[in-house]
Amino acid sequence: MITDLRYKGSSVGKRVFITVCLAAMSLYVLLILYPLLNMVLSSFKTNRAILTTPFSLPKAFSLATYKTVWIDKGFSRYFTNSLLVTTISMALVLLFGSMASYGISRYTYKLNTLVYMLFLSGIMLPLKAAIIPLFLLIKTLGLINNPLSVILIFLAMALPSTVFILAGFMKGIPLELEYAAKIDGCHDFAIYRLVVMPMVAPAIALVTIYNAVPIWNDFFFPLVFLQSDKVKTLPVGLSTFFGQHSTNWSLLFTGLSIAILPMLVLYLFMSKYFIKGMTAGAVK
Amino acid sequence: MRRIQTSKVLWITFFITPGLLVVGLFILLPLFMSLYNSLFSWKQLIRVDFVGLENFRRLLGSFPYQERFFNALKNNLTWFLSTTLIQNSLGLLFGYLLSRNVPFAQFFKRVFFIPVLFSIVAVGFLWGMYLKPTGLVNNFLKLVGLAALQRPWLGLEHLATPTIILVNIWRWVGFPSLVFLAAIDNVPGECLEAAYLEGVGEWKLFWKIIFPLIIPSITIITVLTIIGSLNVFEQIYTMTGLDGAPNYATDTIGTLFYRTAFGSIDAGSPEIGIGSAIGLVIYVLTFVTSLLSIFVTRKREVQL
Repeated sequence: MITDLRYKGSSVGKRVFITVCLAAMSLYVLLILYPLLNMVLSSFKTNRAILTTPFSLPKAFSLATYKTVWIDKGFSRYFTNSLLVTTISMALVLLFGSMASYGISRYTYKLNTLVYMLFLSGIMLPLKAAIIPLFLLIKTLGLINNPLSVILIFLAMALPSTVFILAGFMKGIPLELEYAAKIDGCHDFAIYRLVVMPMVAPAIALVTIYNAVPIWNDFFFPLVFLQSDKVKTLPVGLSTFFGQHSTNWSLLFTGLSIAILPMLVLYLFMSKYFIKGMTAGAVK
Repeated sequence: MRRIQTSKVLWITFFITPGLLVVGLFILLPLFMSLYNSLFSWKQLIRVDFVGLENFRRLLGSFPYQERFFNALKNNLTWFLSTTLIQNSLGLLFGYLLSRNVPFAQFFKRVFFIPVLFSIVAVGFLWGMYLKPTGLVNNFLKLVGLAALQRPWLGLEHLATPTIILVNIWRWVGFPSLVFLAAIDNVPGECLEAAYLEGVGEWKLFWKIIFPLIIPSITIITVLTIIGSLNVFEQIYTMTGLDGAPNYATDTIGTLFYRTAFGSIDAGSPEIGIGSAIGLVIYVLTFVTSLLSIFVTRKREVQL
């Protein structure tokens, strides 16, 4: 496009502007990549080497510390727990969220707007602020130290935005398709499952990333509800681990690498989807 | 006809009930319970007497709650202002540059978004180590001959909060950048090209044409910044601890709330009454400031 900011054919002032901006952006790229590289390199170094020669390369790439952290320090368990909690939460979010969106967007009735508003109210209300009644509720239900506690809360946390995004998409599907299916003898659930759901598949992908990343990363609710080591998720496990080994930097950098790298690798393969999904709630 | 009506009602009920139950039980009920709980005095986890607004009076007007609360609130305000000023403006600039296809735009876009995906906890611990007196940051300053600038970044009262805010900006600036990029990409290209051919300069092009058209996304980012600033917790927890060290310099409503609700070495046993009052204040602040910012920016909105 002619409006592109390019060096070619630009005035001197514009060239200076482009250069300054490129320098600033490159600096931020370095500030992102170097600390991550240093983290991985440090995980292969001894404590002494990390402290005395922080910028040097490791002498050898031994996976011994990784084995310690993954097996002896319980990271494999934290990782599995996180995977389990995220998967189950997301399955429920997608099921309940798409059903609610269908019930809101595909029927016309008096309470329609009210129901929609009830769901949306959750977007503006920070769930963290309700931790006291939530704690008392979960305690009453006997779910402390049970992964179901955070699964239910993540479900509540994710439903409002899911309904907001999915109901918007579902409104765009022509009603004629539904009539056709009805004439063919489909009942409403079959229409939801066989007609509407396949058509909003791209939106489902957006919603999945939009909610799965914050759920995978969430710290606050697992911190409150999952105190026993057996059920801790990765962020909480990482926090405990940092409390116990605060002086063993080699081990700490290994733990951090294990916590950070899987997400990074996943992102490298699917960056387009991650960018689209994570910004889905804020972009029309 | 009547049968069709009944079956329609049944189907709607079937579709919306599960979601509505969850939202009702875990979002709306806790909201009302916070209000209800805040009007009582508590003995540990047992509700005792109805005390009216006594908890709010103690929170806002008696030692030590008053001092802690306003200190934390001041820090949250610092979070909001610096995040808006530095992160969101930088995001706007980055988004603009990316939308104008500066050289390597695709590469920059992908890299900027990397830290957005990491958990605050991992980022907090990572930078917490780098910012230690013997950590990478001070070592780097020594390496480039700026040893005089070495500081215990998280240990000084006047530096700790700005340092943590900068770490958070490091993590999150890619988000507003890409939201603004998407918004600017939605501005019709012909509009920009026409103005460009007329000889309108960069500066004017941005402020007179692009900016008014992306106000909705500025509203969204501002509201998200308000919600984010009022909910700062993990950043403090991982970098300077639950007590907002040094000497409460990094304390926020979030950490104060947690200490009050669940107790800590510093605050002693949990105080559910005062805690609920703080929770309610967070609700009200979030709601009122979000509405206010929507109202303020909406007035400046322009449509093509």
